[in-house]
Amino acid sequence: MFAFKTNPINQRRIANFRKNRRGIWSLRIFLLLFIGCLFAEWIANDKPILVSYDDHWMVPVLVEYPESAFGGEFETEADYRDPYVVELIEEKGWMLWPPIRYSYDTINYNLDKPAPSPPSSANLLGTDDQARDVLARVIYGFRISVLFALILSILSSIIGIAVGAIQGFYGGKIDLIGQRVIEVWGGLPVLYLLIILSSFVQPSFWWLLGVMLLFNWMTLVDLVRAEFLRGRNLEYVRAARALGLSNPRIMYRHILPNAMVSTLTFMPFILTGAITTLTALDFLGFGLPVGSPSLGELVAQGKANLQAPWLGISAFVVLALMLTLLIFIGEAARDAFDPRK
Amino acid sequence: MSQPLLSVKNLSVSFTDEARTTAAVKGISFDLEAGKTLALVGESGSGKSVSALSILKLLPYPQASHPSGQIIFNGEDILAADEKRLRQIRGGRIGMIFQEPMTSLNPLHNIERQISEVLELHQALKSNRIQARILELLDMVGIPNPAERLKAYPHELSGGQRQRVMIAMALAAEPDILIADEPTTALDVTIQAQILELLQQLQKKLGMAILLITHDLGIVREVADSVCVMHQGELVESGTCEAILQSPRHSYTQELINATPSGEAVPIPDTDEPLVCAKNLRVWFPIKRGVMQKTVDYIKAVDGIDFELLKGRTLGIVGESGSGKTTLGLAIARLINSEGEIIFGQQPIDSLNQKNMRPLRRDIQMVFQDPYGSLSPRMSIRQIIDEGLEIHSQKNARQRNQQIEKTLQEVGLNPNICDRYPHEFSGGQRQRIAIARALVLQPKLIILDEPTSALDRSVQRQIVNLLRDLQQKYQIGYLFISHDLSVVRALSHHIIVMKDGKVVEQNDTRNIFTTPQNPYTQALIKAAY
Repeated sequence: MFAFKTNPINQRRIANFRKNRRGIWSLRIFLLLFIGCLFAEWIANDKPILVSYDDHWMVPVLVEYPESAFGGEFETEADYRDPYVVELIEEKGWMLWPPIRYSYDTINYNLDKPAPSPPSSANLLGTDDQARDVLARVIYGFRISVLFALILSILSSIIGIAVGAIQGFYGGKIDLIGQRVIEVWGGLPVLYLLIILSSFVQPSFWWLLGVMLLFNWMTLVDLVRAEFLRGRNLEYVRAARALGLSNPRIMYRHILPNAMVSTLTFMPFILTGAITTLTALDFLGFGLPVGSPSLGELVAQGKANLQAPWLGISAFVVLALMLTLLIFIGEAARDAFDPRK
Repeated sequence: MSQPLLSVKNLSVSFTDEARTTAAVKGISFDLEAGKTLALVGESGSGKSVSALSILKLLPYPQASHPSGQIIFNGEDILAADEKRLRQIRGGRIGMIFQEPMTSLNPLHNIERQISEVLELHQALKSNRIQARILELLDMVGIPNPAERLKAYPHELSGGQRQRVMIAMALAAEPDILIADEPTTALDVTIQAQILELLQQLQKKLGMAILLITHDLGIVREVADSVCVMHQGELVESGTCEAILQSPRHSYTQELINATPSGEAVPIPDTDEPLVCAKNLRVWFPIKRGVMQKTVDYIKAVDGIDFELLKGRTLGIVGESGSGKTTLGLAIARLINSEGEIIFGQQPIDSLNQKNMRPLRRDIQMVFQDPYGSLSPRMSIRQIIDEGLEIHSQKNARQRNQQIEKTLQEVGLNPNICDRYPHEFSGGQRQRIAIARALVLQPKLIILDEPTSALDRSVQRQIVNLLRDLQQKYQIGYLFISHDLSVVRALSHHIIVMKDGKVVEQNDTRNIFTTPQNPYTQALIKAAY
């Protein structure tokens, strides 16, 4: 997309987007949260960011150090939350902790109430029923949800655009067959397939992504196909053909930019759809592997522990915030791309 | 002198964008007498349509505003009238017909419903009388067998019939004034003549005044009593029709009157080398029916055409819309499938597939009708012109750049526009860019598909002159497709007249115009001059 910088149409679109205050602020907040969450290990972790021990600098967030490195007994990785290890380190140096001293899977054994325990100064949003810090899990959960949705949206858009482009551009039999195949494929019950598959495969992030991708790419096909059906009859496309351009080149240079408008407009909504799907699967227990920080699992815990409202409320607030921000961004993008403006 | 029916005084129209205000009309004044025809003449962008629309307050308010002015109709200031009063005037006292009859009729309503809507609103007729009135109106505007056409939808009518229905709608409430905004521009010449004649008849019969908006001085000469010439939002000259056309005072009016493309084709070069030759060329589109998509019949868009074009000459292809002339051009450029022989130079090209055709594309170029549609809006001028060069020439980017700049100069554009985008240019400039795109490949044949019909007269003349200069310089053969006889005459050596996919007459340009043999050709020439 080399033309993005210079093209006056895009300049106008960016200006339009900037004018939508709700959209631009949503984008800023979302980017801040997302980039922050990419560094989740530096924000919420059960390992210190920096250790100065015996005049050596150590970075436990990145590197595993055995306990013996600090004068302990075991060759396994040091448990920095263990009072004994803390004492060893503080003797000859100091530790710099992240703001939240729990990772998503850290179990807090020092609770004064049975898990799930309510918010306290140690666990700002309380803990879940396995005594894990909810705030840490929400931060990691946000990251994994957005990353999953982002990768899924980008990959399914690439496939969807390619298929839609070929169908729309060539039309005729290719289009007819393609549309029928998509109708059959789209008719498959995705949820049942996932349930069946998860009974003999242990789902992982990439496995889940792959299966979702198999059924998610069809969203954009119709849109792009319609754009290409229209685009192939545009006069400048005909002019390009008269110049002797090859078909792939015409598709890429002349029609795709038109189709990209509707695609980009649709992207935030695909993104929210993917987040919702992942959350739903996690809620039902067919999603990410057990123990992963997932918002859907938190919702399920909230439902199972109605006496601990901080579980359900945290999950709700995070999901609502994330989806609302994305929808606002999507709306602003859609308005910015609107040719009537 | 009696009180004029409609009097526009010092009218201004401005459009306010977020950033700036553009004055589209700057203080114009004119009077329209009952039963007379006033023509508002000017080129596109001169503000003539905007002036007419403000009479009915049909502009997109509040973006549009009137900084000054009064529009007095029957002693009442329309600009100050409220919406309720305006609705009574619109379609009731003042009727309007638009340029594009296809889009101004609701495609989902049949004729009866379109017209009865007006009658219900403005005439409060009883439902049993409405149909009779509709039939009367349709008969008046010359629709044959009106009773049978009542249930017809707009797409079932021809362009001329649609415009007649529009006129019937505008006349339904017996208005005092009919505003006709380019009523014949979208129609074929022979139909144009009929519609104009109809308007004149109706005017005589009903005694209404007509405000005619047009860019075509030929029409003005025929129907108008007085003329106002507009240029860039200002009224440059007004007066009676004869006075303006006989002795125009303002230089812009003179320019308009002289704008008809004139002159003759370039002298015939002394080679007899054939450039392109077609034998029994046919393009038939199958009509498929039923579950099995069996071909039941064909639409014969081009049906057995023979012609030969020699190097450096122009073959004009004339016909009305639907005659198959554009299809013929596309077939010669091998952009659609056809049957029959096409020989380019010595080589038969009708059997080549798209891939084998590609090397030959640089020799056969096309310029399309709509300069707004044929340039990709997302590419800079340099990218647009470079696109063909990149494929066909072995030169590096710098040499190509030099060639692009040279070509831009040749078509009369400043080479420093390279990095701008098509939307920054006027129609005429865009058409020059489109010609540059074709020319930069140094083709032997350029197929020109109505290259001037979307342009103003004065710009048409410039483009025709440019095409002539280029032809003389590079010995390019032109296949010139047009419905406009004056442009064809100014450019072609030989002319083919097409109707319904067949050749009606073909001959040298001079013979066609001096002694047309076929009645259809005679009608075309009569309608055009």
